[in-house]
Amino acid sequence: MGSDRGSVERFDVEQLQKLVSEAVTAIETADGLATLDGLRVRYLGKKGALTALLKELGRLPAEERPRAGQAVNEAKQRLSSLIEERQQTLAAEDVARKLREGRVDVSLPGRRATSGALHPVTQTIERIREFFAGMGYQVAEGPEVEDDFHNFEALNIPEQHPARAMHDTFYFDAHRVLRTHTSPVQIRTMREQAPPLRIIAPGRVYRCDSDLTHSPMFHQVEGLYVDSDVTFADLRGVLSAFLQAFFEREDLQTRFRPSYFPFTEPSAEVDIQCVQCGGQGCRVCKQTGWLEVMGCGMVHPNVFAHVGIDAERYTGFAFGLGVERMAMLRYGVNDLRLFFENDVRFLEQFARAG
Amino acid sequence: MEWLREWLPVPESAAELGHRLTMAGLELDAIEAAAPPFSGVRIGHVLSVAPHPDADRLRVCQVDAGQDDILAIVCGAPNVREGMKAPVACVGAVLPGDFRIKRSRLRGVESLGMLCSAVELGLAEASEGLMALPEDAPVGEDLRAWMGLDDVILEVDLTPNRADCLGMLGVARETGTLLARTVTGPAIEPVSATIDAAVDVRVLDLEACPLYAARVLDGLDPSARTPLWMRERLRRAGLRPLHPVVDVTNYVMLELGQPMHAFAASIVGPVIEVRFGRPGEALRLLNGNVIEPGADDLLIAGERGPLALAGIMGGEASAVTAETGRVVLESAHFSPRVLAGRARAHGLHTDASHRFERGVDPTLPIYALERATALILQIAGGQAGPVVHQGHVAPAHAEETIMLRRERIPRVLGMAFAPAEVERILSGLGCRVETTENGWEIRPLRARFDLEREEDLIEELARIHGYDRLPQTLPGVSLPATSPSENGLRARKRALADQGFFEVVTFSFIGPDWAEAFYPSVQGLALSNPISSELAVMRPGLWPGLVRTAAHNLARQQPDLRLFEHGLRFVPDVSGLIQEPRLAGLLCGRAEPEHWQAGRRVVDFFEAKGVVEDLCAGLGGALRFDPAPHPSLHDGQSARILLEDREIGWLGALHPRLGEQFDVPELFLFELDAAILAATGVPRFEPLSPYPAIRRDLALVVDREVPAGDLLAAVASLELPLLQEIRLFDVYQGKGLEENEKSIALGLILRAFDRTLEENDVNAVTRAVLECLETRLSARPRY
Repeated sequence: MGSDRGSVERFDVEQLQKLVSEAVTAIETADGLATLDGLRVRYLGKKGALTALLKELGRLPAEERPRAGQAVNEAKQRLSSLIEERQQTLAAEDVARKLREGRVDVSLPGRRATSGALHPVTQTIERIREFFAGMGYQVAEGPEVEDDFHNFEALNIPEQHPARAMHDTFYFDAHRVLRTHTSPVQIRTMREQAPPLRIIAPGRVYRCDSDLTHSPMFHQVEGLYVDSDVTFADLRGVLSAFLQAFFEREDLQTRFRPSYFPFTEPSAEVDIQCVQCGGQGCRVCKQTGWLEVMGCGMVHPNVFAHVGIDAERYTGFAFGLGVERMAMLRYGVNDLRLFFENDVRFLEQFARAG
Repeated sequence: MEWLREWLPVPESAAELGHRLTMAGLELDAIEAAAPPFSGVRIGHVLSVAPHPDADRLRVCQVDAGQDDILAIVCGAPNVREGMKAPVACVGAVLPGDFRIKRSRLRGVESLGMLCSAVELGLAEASEGLMALPEDAPVGEDLRAWMGLDDVILEVDLTPNRADCLGMLGVARETGTLLARTVTGPAIEPVSATIDAAVDVRVLDLEACPLYAARVLDGLDPSARTPLWMRERLRRAGLRPLHPVVDVTNYVMLELGQPMHAFAASIVGPVIEVRFGRPGEALRLLNGNVIEPGADDLLIAGERGPLALAGIMGGEASAVTAETGRVVLESAHFSPRVLAGRARAHGLHTDASHRFERGVDPTLPIYALERATALILQIAGGQAGPVVHQGHVAPAHAEETIMLRRERIPRVLGMAFAPAEVERILSGLGCRVETTENGWEIRPLRARFDLEREEDLIEELARIHGYDRLPQTLPGVSLPATSPSENGLRARKRALADQGFFEVVTFSFIGPDWAEAFYPSVQGLALSNPISSELAVMRPGLWPGLVRTAAHNLARQQPDLRLFEHGLRFVPDVSGLIQEPRLAGLLCGRAEPEHWQAGRRVVDFFEAKGVVEDLCAGLGGALRFDPAPHPSLHDGQSARILLEDREIGWLGALHPRLGEQFDVPELFLFELDAAILAATGVPRFEPLSPYPAIRRDLALVVDREVPAGDLLAAVASLELPLLQEIRLFDVYQGKGLEENEKSIALGLILRAFDRTLEENDVNAVTRAVLECLETRLSARPRY
């Protein structure tokens, strides 16, 4: 022990009392947890004052030791519990202060991340894509500056065909046009891949026409399904299911009307029950109760011939729809031009759209 | 409806008939009333006309309107005359526009009603005076009832394949098949020639004109008027009555679908030639335009030159006028192949060209000629010469047969048809139907140009049966064995939106001024028929559209903008045209949304660069930004973006010159190759180190001109295994440094996978980094 430093006659009670009363004052006036922790180290730590006194005990006469030891230990316990108490008080004060000082005006506006949005046309294409992706259709794309062959000829629209005049085509020269529909993507896909084929081709198309209800550029989604046993009944089934899903109405009425497209035979136009008036007749449906939304049909044998698919072995259907029209119906947009003006006040309305 | 009912019984309402036609592919566009609503208008007989005592222009008429009293009516019409019959709106009548007729005094004379013009009844756009009714019109009868004005007009949109329905005959045939009713129509008998007058017809190209028939009519009464019933049918079909002969040719066109033409015989001469144009010829058309017919314009010509553009429009010189007493009537078949596009080439589109381009029933010409002759003689008197024709009078049915296989029907439609049903539908459409072992041999009516092959017949079966009565099935789903991973571009576009960007869609064609300003070195691809000069050149990049959109929004008090667009750019190249997808963005205004606590930081180059870095994260490969000039960008804030040394886009501040030119403030732009952004790899898991990381910060002084990127690249090139990450956290210039110096602070994050790092590990790395930067970039540590 520390006996080598010589021995002490008597235990100095006064010194202990002085130390304790000093410590008590310090503890009671400690104004923070850090100060208090400093006091604990100063008095009770490994090198603390009371610890030092305990170490001194060895130098006392043997008969003095128990009494002195008891006194020091009692002092130690007393200080320890005082510190404990003070700590609790201070901690409580600390919490109270945090509560007091941390008050905020919860009615002030929160700090938000600005939310942008995908264009409603993109969102609509995405919605269409998701439906068809679920049925195994893959997205196909093609150029927008097209050649005459893919945009017209291979689609059974030879030069001077009356249907060409209906297309209001933008030309660059004798052979190059801006595609008037997404149907050329069918041709490109069928020339590159062998059946079975299931594709949808969304994209920009162009018509030389501009007024309230026509934009020189708009979007279409083309669909194509070619396999050994595709029928018109499949076409009706798929498109009815799609339209019901798109407009989120299981009971949505659809009707198929005979129509004419040079690249399909039989051809049909698809009407849905007016989503505005529910078929009662209104301005949107021109009082007919029906809205025309898609064109479709069975792939024409001449088209198969152009792409080298055996029309005896395979049948197929194709369909096309105008994206802006679908978006207008779904979101209730009443002016086509809004889609291309890109006014942020318009776009932000679709920030939380599904 | 009234006209159609002449051909077959149609008890159905207009709406019901319209629905049936629509569902058969003849889409009903509108149902319109034959006349606007009016009431109380009777047929009146003007018994006497006396001058008004007090007004020069007014007359006082005594009119018998079939009522007890004769009505005294003041009238200002110039054509009112004693004995004429005209509509009378009696007191209490309501005319179109809710105009009520009351007992009134006109300049002191009482008037008990109003004699009406066609305009006042809503039956014409213009008229001169009262609407003169025929002599035999029954006095006192209600005009609406007598003229059948409560009839309705069905407007049908025809698809280009159904030219056979461009006449009442075709519509009646179609309706008859749909409703399973017999079609009769007016009796049309040949009119025998009573005079010898004729022209010689010479068709030089029988392929272009397989049949040309003509006939001379002489002694026509110039004062004859087209009867009211015909004028009414023409009016309801949207044609203006002109001259009895012209009206009849128009009427027959509407009735049978055969366009016809009448020439003034005195101009035609003894011979009519059907031939192509010759050099040096000119022809003044009925609309006053002078054209120079080319070698592919089919002409009707006399000995003195062209008379008409065949099947499109007549010439002015040979036009029938009010005085014409002798005409040559033409009825011919022109090949759609020859006429295709010719009208448009001359900027024309006529009722005749519309029909001939789509195909007119080749069996009609002589039939139509007889019909027109009978009608003209009935109206204008006179006598007819013999029918002269050259060419082939086609039989009613096509010569070639189409095979229709029984088994093919369900393969296309998903439903089998009973043989009897097939035969009923196709014979109902006028086809010759013969049964064979596997199905049928079909010969359609020649009028049905659209029935060429098996599928066309299958469509007819589906159409007449009703598309909505065909089955519906859902084919099974066959998902591809390997589903392509989520398209990275979609995810990145969504991420941009989440960062506050609005996606825009701008036109792919821009004004040449924009193209030139942004891309002076690109010769943009120009449209040959742009819709306007502002939309004339295919965009060589996406920035003009974004800047224009920004300007649009800035003008609408939207100063803080983050926009992006995804679409093709079009860059002509020696090898052709490059059309490639790009993703471009624009930033301007505040860097963060306005908030009571936020600062007022505005976007800058690094805001835009951060967006690009985020977009390119995960592409695999080193991304680099090299300072390089771009004509659209600020020289000092312009970077070429490289991924593994390949250029993938540009980033920078809009060139102030362009900002000035297009009136936009400072803004930042980027454009990237979107195809690159579509790539996504499947994430590869890397194990985590259980040992702590140590960070050591270094401040380095380098020459001001040394790009920070060079420091990072130099350190990265050391490939120190313990160096996990370098963070550039401070750049300083100014006090304590030389004028040409700057200090860059790097945080080195070190970590090992097999042990806790010790001081000497850290020192080794730090030393290596310092040595490298000292040797390569003359950097020195700053303490």
